[in-house]
Amino acid sequence: MITWLRRNLFRTWWDSIMTVVFGYVGLWVIWTVIEFVFVTGRWEIIQVNLKLLLVGRFPDELMWLVGASLTALAFWVAAVAGGSKIDISNRQSLSQRLFDYIRRFGLIVALAALLIFLAADVAALLLALQILGGVVAGRLVGLARRNVGVLGAIPSIIWHPMLASPAVALVLVTLMESTLEEWGGFLINFYMAIISIVLCFPLGVLLALGRRSSFPIIRLVTTTYIELIRGAPLFVLLLLAGVALEFFIPPSIAPDAIFRGVTVFTLFTAAYLAEIVRGGLQSIPKGQTEAGKALGLNTTKITYLITMPQALRNVIPAQIGQFISLFKDTTLAGAALNILDVLNVGTAITKQQDFLGQGLIYEALAFVALLFWVGSYVMSRESQRLEKRLGVGVR
Amino acid sequence: MSSLPSAPAKVPIWRDVRVLRWLFQIAVLAVVGLIIYWIWGNYQTNIERSSVQTDLRFLDNPASFTIPGNDFDQSSPVRAAFVQGFLNTIQVALVGIFFATILGTLVGIARLSKNLVVRSIAAAYVEVIRNLPLLLLLTFMNLAVVLQTFPRIEDAWKPLDLFVISNRGLAIPWFEGSAGQLGLLVLAGIVLAIIVVKLERARADRVGRPSRGLLLGTLALTIVPVIGWITLGYTWTLPFVDGRGTSGGLRLDPSFFALIVALVVYTSSHIAEIVRGSILAVPRGQGEAADALALSNSQKMRIIILPQAFRVAMPALGNQYLNLIKNSSLGATISYFELTQIAQITVGNGSPAVPAFTLTLLVYLAISLFTSLFVNYFNRRLALVER
Repeated sequence: MITWLRRNLFRTWWDSIMTVVFGYVGLWVIWTVIEFVFVTGRWEIIQVNLKLLLVGRFPDELMWLVGASLTALAFWVAAVAGGSKIDISNRQSLSQRLFDYIRRFGLIVALAALLIFLAADVAALLLALQILGGVVAGRLVGLARRNVGVLGAIPSIIWHPMLASPAVALVLVTLMESTLEEWGGFLINFYMAIISIVLCFPLGVLLALGRRSSFPIIRLVTTTYIELIRGAPLFVLLLLAGVALEFFIPPSIAPDAIFRGVTVFTLFTAAYLAEIVRGGLQSIPKGQTEAGKALGLNTTKITYLITMPQALRNVIPAQIGQFISLFKDTTLAGAALNILDVLNVGTAITKQQDFLGQGLIYEALAFVALLFWVGSYVMSRESQRLEKRLGVGVR
Repeated sequence: MSSLPSAPAKVPIWRDVRVLRWLFQIAVLAVVGLIIYWIWGNYQTNIERSSVQTDLRFLDNPASFTIPGNDFDQSSPVRAAFVQGFLNTIQVALVGIFFATILGTLVGIARLSKNLVVRSIAAAYVEVIRNLPLLLLLTFMNLAVVLQTFPRIEDAWKPLDLFVISNRGLAIPWFEGSAGQLGLLVLAGIVLAIIVVKLERARADRVGRPSRGLLLGTLALTIVPVIGWITLGYTWTLPFVDGRGTSGGLRLDPSFFALIVALVVYTSSHIAEIVRGSILAVPRGQGEAADALALSNSQKMRIIILPQAFRVAMPALGNQYLNLIKNSSLGATISYFELTQIAQITVGNGSPAVPAFTLTLLVYLAISLFTSLFVNYFNRRLALVER
């Protein structure tokens, strides 16, 4: 014990000073946070406005759409995760696996529990159970794909769109079903991010292929696009889309603010994704392509069957990192396009009649921060886990 | 003999790979051209219908707004506003990059500290900040810290009587005198520092002693301006509360302060991860060799590990600098008068949107290209010369 203390905290006199100073600062921060959360914080503002913060003024009679789309999303993610062939968890004991699950998803479950507690509503509990059902069903479908021959025989290019399409369709329907004035809250950040991720992925892959293509004109076009987009700030592009999009397309088909945001996010992230995928393609040894040629495959088949799967696998962490920053950047749409996203709602509720001038901005922003933090943190932890399991950089 | 292949027959033109390749490319080019043509056509019809300007003449119109903190007034042309916005963006970028690099490097090193407390605090800092949206940090700094927590000017905080902190901004001690002369002195200091470091390195190589270039260079860099400043008879001033504002010192706008803090904190959390990864990427043998030579911990870090780590980190660091520059456009959300905010205001005041925002984008593009040129140059200088 003494040895441990000496080794970790009081190695030298300088080390001891650092321990005392930083220990004091650390304890002070922890104490302040605890005091804020349990004593001084006035959380009524969150409780009263919970629905506004999460879904805005979404019409009650359409709430089933929100539940259905969230469940479909959970099903999709769980099915993809459960269907992945690289799984070492089977070798672990039950308690180890349980501990692993708690470490991975404990935060999400805790956040869900907190939201249900704040909502104090049976509907919220039912929604959570419905989503959990989606997860379990997805997990079972994933397992079935691994173990039932017929399902396993379906090629990935059909299987994955099949899993994704109900979720994507429901999210799109939810986004379009209700008007901009009714939309708002965290769900709009979440759904804009989901749709943009799904749309930018094929575009980014195509751009990466274009940039590495042997056709000089295609290389020129894609490189120009990628570099132009990467040199521009997202915020200015969003402002431009908000004010100036009408000038570039016939006014009759000008979309509303949400889809302007989605368009910009898609085009923007595709350029960054293209660079990531290009990095992945460059990391594939030349021998792979040559082996493909030796087997008599043409360029399309070599890309689709040999290089692209490996390239995409190698850069999964970087891709997830890009998607996390897209998720965080959806707040910019609120500032640039006047969408009532969760950050805008969060600052607006402090100006309500009941809460005006009481200095509740800390509470409001802390809640918004919690939502984003849990989402991003869990995603980045999962990507680190994937990185380990895929053995990127080790094999 | 008859089974010998005859000379290949001439490939028909519609099967010739070379021809097909070019046909395909021309087709793609045609599609791209058609899309651009369609957009351009829409643009022409739409501007005719709404009769807005399309050229850059709006730059000569009076701006009809003011930018606090300089002599820009309502009658100045929009052009001057854009120049001022550009300068403010550059200012935020330089100050932000400077502090983010220092803080990020320190946190990155701290994450690998042997001290448990230091290590945990650095890890918590990185994990919390990295997973929050920048706009949230900025809003927090602006609404919660500056506007709500900072006191009013009447009861401003005055730590050590050196600073004045209030919701009207932050005032810090500053030099008094002409900025041009200060600039010249600093330049002279830099030149002298470079000469001193070069000489010291050469001397160290000759006698085989460790170089004290860093120490002597820093000394030259600080002493020259300070002595010059004193001999020129200038002093420095402390800020103090003067009625509804502050006098003396250098006053930092509250929005500038909020923007800088948010950008520095956010970017430093990303830089810390890069620095940590790069330090880990330095082969273990290097550190062990330093230990074998009985270098102290700080010598080991400064002379052996960090120079090699920064070689690895440079491209990623350059990306973070570019991100910081582009993220400074978020200053527009808290009314800091940088480029984007200027563009937004002039468009709101009736300048045509498309030319104004295109101009803004081009300026950002130019800044980005210039920065990446600079980073690439540095990268080449640092890169290991291989045989």
